[in-house]
Amino acid sequence: MSDSEKYPPVWRRPAPEDPALASQMEHAAREHLTLDPRYPQEMDQTMLRPMARSGRMFWLVFVILSGLVIMLFTTWLYQMIWGLGITGLNRPVMWMLYIANFVYFIGIGHAGTFISAALRVLKFEFRRPISRAAETVTVFALLTASLFPLIHIGRAWKFYYLIPFPNQRQLWPSYHSPLIWDATAIFTYLSCSILFAYIGMLPDLAMARDHTTGWRQRFFKAVALGWRGTTKEWANQETALNVFSYAIIPVMFSVHTIVSWDFAMALQPGWHSTIFGPYFVVGALFSGAGAVIMVLAVIRKAMHLEYFIRKEHFAGMAMFLLILSLTWDYFYFNDFIVPWYGQDPVEKTLTVLLTSGRWSVLFWLMIFSNTILPAATLWSKRVRTSPLALFIIGAFIQVGMWLERFIIIPVTLGQNWLPFDWGTYTLHLPEALITIGAFSFFGLMYLLFTRFFPVIPVWEVLEGQLLQTVRRIGRALVPSRTEE
Amino acid sequence: MELPNRKWTLVVDLDKCTGCSACVIACHAENNVPIHTDREVAQGHAMHWMHLQRYWDGEYPNVYARFIPTMCQQCSRAPCEPVCPVYAAVHSERESLNLQVYNRCVGTRYCQNNDPYKVRFFNFFDPPFEPPLDQQLNPDVTVRSAGVMEKCTFCVQRIRRAEERALVENRPLRDGEVTPACVQTCPPSALIFGDLNDPNSQVAGLVTNPRRFRLLEELGTEPSVYYLKGGKSYVG
Repeated sequence: MSDSEKYPPVWRRPAPEDPALASQMEHAAREHLTLDPRYPQEMDQTMLRPMARSGRMFWLVFVILSGLVIMLFTTWLYQMIWGLGITGLNRPVMWMLYIANFVYFIGIGHAGTFISAALRVLKFEFRRPISRAAETVTVFALLTASLFPLIHIGRAWKFYYLIPFPNQRQLWPSYHSPLIWDATAIFTYLSCSILFAYIGMLPDLAMARDHTTGWRQRFFKAVALGWRGTTKEWANQETALNVFSYAIIPVMFSVHTIVSWDFAMALQPGWHSTIFGPYFVVGALFSGAGAVIMVLAVIRKAMHLEYFIRKEHFAGMAMFLLILSLTWDYFYFNDFIVPWYGQDPVEKTLTVLLTSGRWSVLFWLMIFSNTILPAATLWSKRVRTSPLALFIIGAFIQVGMWLERFIIIPVTLGQNWLPFDWGTYTLHLPEALITIGAFSFFGLMYLLFTRFFPVIPVWEVLEGQLLQTVRRIGRALVPSRTEE
Repeated sequence: MELPNRKWTLVVDLDKCTGCSACVIACHAENNVPIHTDREVAQGHAMHWMHLQRYWDGEYPNVYARFIPTMCQQCSRAPCEPVCPVYAAVHSERESLNLQVYNRCVGTRYCQNNDPYKVRFFNFFDPPFEPPLDQQLNPDVTVRSAGVMEKCTFCVQRIRRAEERALVENRPLRDGEVTPACVQTCPPSALIFGDLNDPNSQVAGLVTNPRRFRLLEELGTEPSVYYLKGGKSYVG
């Protein structure tokens, strides 16, 4: 029994004498993190202890992921030496797996900061312990995604031609090209996300500085930027976070809309569609929310964070996931019904090829993962509160959304205007290795992050607990919250 | 001296075309277009700036092969140009040509995606010009490296040479003075090249022909390549 349970902090209401009310109170504390306060020192240790202790499992995962990341860069080097001919790319299908991975990783990068910012703006309490895990999904997914344009282009060593800076060629990148809009939007989102995550992390870094010794202390001292916790610092941080929360939501919408324009702006039947913007945004949020749930389930188990990440947080995210699944269905239906109803011969051919052609197995697997599985399971409260079930559903959603990004490319590019140029695509080994390597790259960066930075915003949890209380109304105890 | 505006135009008379592919060979020789092995071709890495699209028409036993020589259509409103992030695909307003600047190209391959005619070719590997093939390369044309896009230029090196000659001799360019390699080679003279801005040129007379059409004209790309085709002639 911990100190907090024997002598709870003063901001925890004492147990009422009435046994019925006392049991209600006990139940509420079990269910809600904000009603189960502990001493700050104890919470700090819950967070800091697993960071310093890396078990055998950690090193095993670390070695495997590092090996796969080395494989990624070796394959990329090999591709640069020989040329893109070692991939399955060919004349009609000039974009493929690398672009699919790029869009997928941008997609899962979407949800993190958005979840954190939107839930903050809307004052959802369940965001408190999960906001940082979500924000870091964004940062690392965007970093992984930004590898892919470089892997994709024919002359990766000339990538700086795409960057706007005064140069001896006296040539600026062309802002007519959706690719440059894309790069601009993603860079904006990435820098906002890093700043947002970092500003939110300052108090926790200072906390870690005050509770560690040796090299860790020196490290945290450097990254905490001298945070002392004065009233002015807290007020400035609050303002900065609010500004970022509001500003980042429109940026989020712009980013994936622009990514969809890489396709929608092209003069290709099947791509040239006005629905692509909103439909990609929803798809991105959907896959991103799934990824955040998977990450939460893993860090909760691996770092023993059961105190912080509770069933209520999974339930909240699962509800969000269900809504996003239904929204995605709505847009996908729209994308299908309009061309089908129009009976345009080109669009009709594409629909037939998608649903019964070479890629139809993947198409139906996608429909199962994105539509049928979430709709069939997430209605149940038992599923919504089970981390294991949600992890599996989240994994299916990742598969489904990845497939969605995958099959959108070969069907459209392979079947273009003049039938003489029709072609198809076969997966080649280098692309598969690079894809596996990219997922490992994401995993490895996240793994290292959990060792060097507190992954739960302890100050936010404490703030929530200080603001939360219970009021007695008649025979019931009602959780209530103070707001500034 | 200011050079006059040109509207370079190619007319392909499909009723004359025999499908002999001499234009394809001529283009390869003139423009240093690499020739790939059968294995590469099977993988879709073949490169022919000029190629013959062949379609089968009708049901057995009345089957006809119909073919259409296809090359970069040099669109006035080219979909491939605005999507290039590094100005490798640029438009020459004066000559009405779509230019490809090889040493700017980083190989995003967006131009090929947005090209409805699929007449742009990507160097998946370094071009295989093994000795003594490297001795026959045209010195007027860059040999492209792995990772860049290339396409038909209407033999811009020949256009440039003819214009410079006319400039030196201080006279206007004569119709028929510029002949791209394919036009020069075509045995039945099915390919005719000229400046549409010159009202007396041969092409200016042909583009008003009732047999004329342009490829995928409904997309609004305004190609500079005109095809001539009579109703039921199955020769081309």
